[in-house]
Amino acid sequence: MPKIVRRLATMAAVVLVGGLLSATLVRLAPGFDVDEQQLDARLSSESVATLRRARAHDRNIAGFYLHYLGRALRGDLGESRTLNRPVRKLLAERLPVTARLAGFGLLVGWLCAVLLALGATMTRRVACDLAATVLGGIFLSLPAAVLALLFVFANAPAYLVIALVVFPKVFSYTRNLLAKSYNLPHLLTAYAKGVGRLQVLIWHVLPVAGAQLLAVAGISVSIALGAAIPVEALCGIAGIGQLAWQAALGRDLPLLVNLTVLVTVITLAANWGSEFAGQSFRTSEA
Amino acid sequence: MRYLRKSAWLFLVLVALASLGAGFWAPADYATQFREAPNSPPSHQHLLGTDEVGRDRFSRVLYGTRVSLLMAPAAALLSTLLATLVGGVAGYLGGWWERAAMAATDLFLSMPWLFLLLAVRAMLPLNIAPITSVAVTFLLLGLLGWAASARVLCAGARGLRDSDFVLQARASGLRGLRLLAIHVMPNLKPVLLAQFWISIPVFIISEANLGILGLGVEEPLPSWGSLLRELESFTSFGFEAWKLVPLGLLILVVSSFQIILSRDEVYA
Repeated sequence: MPKIVRRLATMAAVVLVGGLLSATLVRLAPGFDVDEQQLDARLSSESVATLRRARAHDRNIAGFYLHYLGRALRGDLGESRTLNRPVRKLLAERLPVTARLAGFGLLVGWLCAVLLALGATMTRRVACDLAATVLGGIFLSLPAAVLALLFVFANAPAYLVIALVVFPKVFSYTRNLLAKSYNLPHLLTAYAKGVGRLQVLIWHVLPVAGAQLLAVAGISVSIALGAAIPVEALCGIAGIGQLAWQAALGRDLPLLVNLTVLVTVITLAANWGSEFAGQSFRTSEA
Repeated sequence: MRYLRKSAWLFLVLVALASLGAGFWAPADYATQFREAPNSPPSHQHLLGTDEVGRDRFSRVLYGTRVSLLMAPAAALLSTLLATLVGGVAGYLGGWWERAAMAATDLFLSMPWLFLLLAVRAMLPLNIAPITSVAVTFLLLGLLGWAASARVLCAGARGLRDSDFVLQARASGLRGLRLLAIHVMPNLKPVLLAQFWISIPVFIISEANLGILGLGVEEPLPSWGSLLRELESFTSFGFEAWKLVPLGLLILVVSSFQIILSRDEVYA
């Protein structure tokens, strides 16, 4: 129990510092005080002055951040400047879209990676291993944005881009891990005693490799979220990746800070969740 | 595997030489427009055709390769230096320093790399001179890409700090920077080199992502990212295959790095 409390406290600290850092970076960014609306020739000098006054309270970074935290505790995440909508509503609308996209992508990517890694390791055929390695290598060399563009062109589902981004990393790790597990001396004994391949996999390989594979699951969530930005921006999917893209281009401070905090929380939760799952897996095996 | 690695090295050297000599064998400058021939297919005059504003694609690929292939190692050098400073020194010093450095590393690693890059890049002015945009893009890659390497270097330095020979050196009266320079750093060299080489393809791909999203190197200066933006107007694989040359080159170069790096996996 104290471990969970410590983890939650660390997560809260990381989120607070991460939010403060992102707010500081946005505040220090050149042109922060300039609003595109101020360039509108139709606006009177009074209107421009009103716009400047409206942004003035954001100048003090500590003040802005404390004000933001206070409101966030009451459930008010502020309003997006570029989209003129409450940030909470935007996140509530777009988070499920990204969750679905990343979820499907992760599922397909993991399935392909684990099955191919198992095939390459169990068959022990050089051709099979080489083909899988070359395939993984090609996708590892392709930027997510290029894949997204090609998938838009081919009219293919966007979640497959996420799958292809996740696949090579999981495949390479899984294959190495399985190869190591299959080389353990007790497996030789099991084979000598006539234990079948499937039984060896279920009883001897997966318990060894499973915990470490679960640890990669957390990292793959971070990879999928990162890939969601170009995928959603280029495929026109209204998720948080596209929102981050719009917020970054429009220098939308409230939205950017909230997104930073949200993405950090999701990534940390995924990492620690997979770590706990791995530990539980090891404990149950022991 | 040895021959494959040698071929990868040879390919990278050839590509680097070709891009460095772009001024000699490129038929035109990267910004020169042939207004009478926009979007033209390959010909004797334009080996890879021209882009939508009539610039020679072959020349742009050569100059773009120069930008990406020279600046990515520079960014990798910067990130490895930062990682050494944060991770290596913290691992060597241990205690509070190590905890603080690892907390900072965790903070950086808790945000997806592209998200962090995109957010910080967008906070800088978007309309800047092309040459400044090259510096800004790769400087950001270098400044933000140190965290993963720092973690590895910290673990390496921690292992060395507790090793017998460092203990013996300490017992002999060797301390501080001298101990770090004479015993710790030389033994960290393989890890440092591995991290440096690993960062290069990561930065090349990140620049390509940023370029496609319009946050990389500014026009008219080409880079692989800005060259790949052309794929947005791509209409057919069969009829416009020459437009895929920058993409093919990117895949081959990054794959070559991966083949070379496969030897260094043990340090990564």
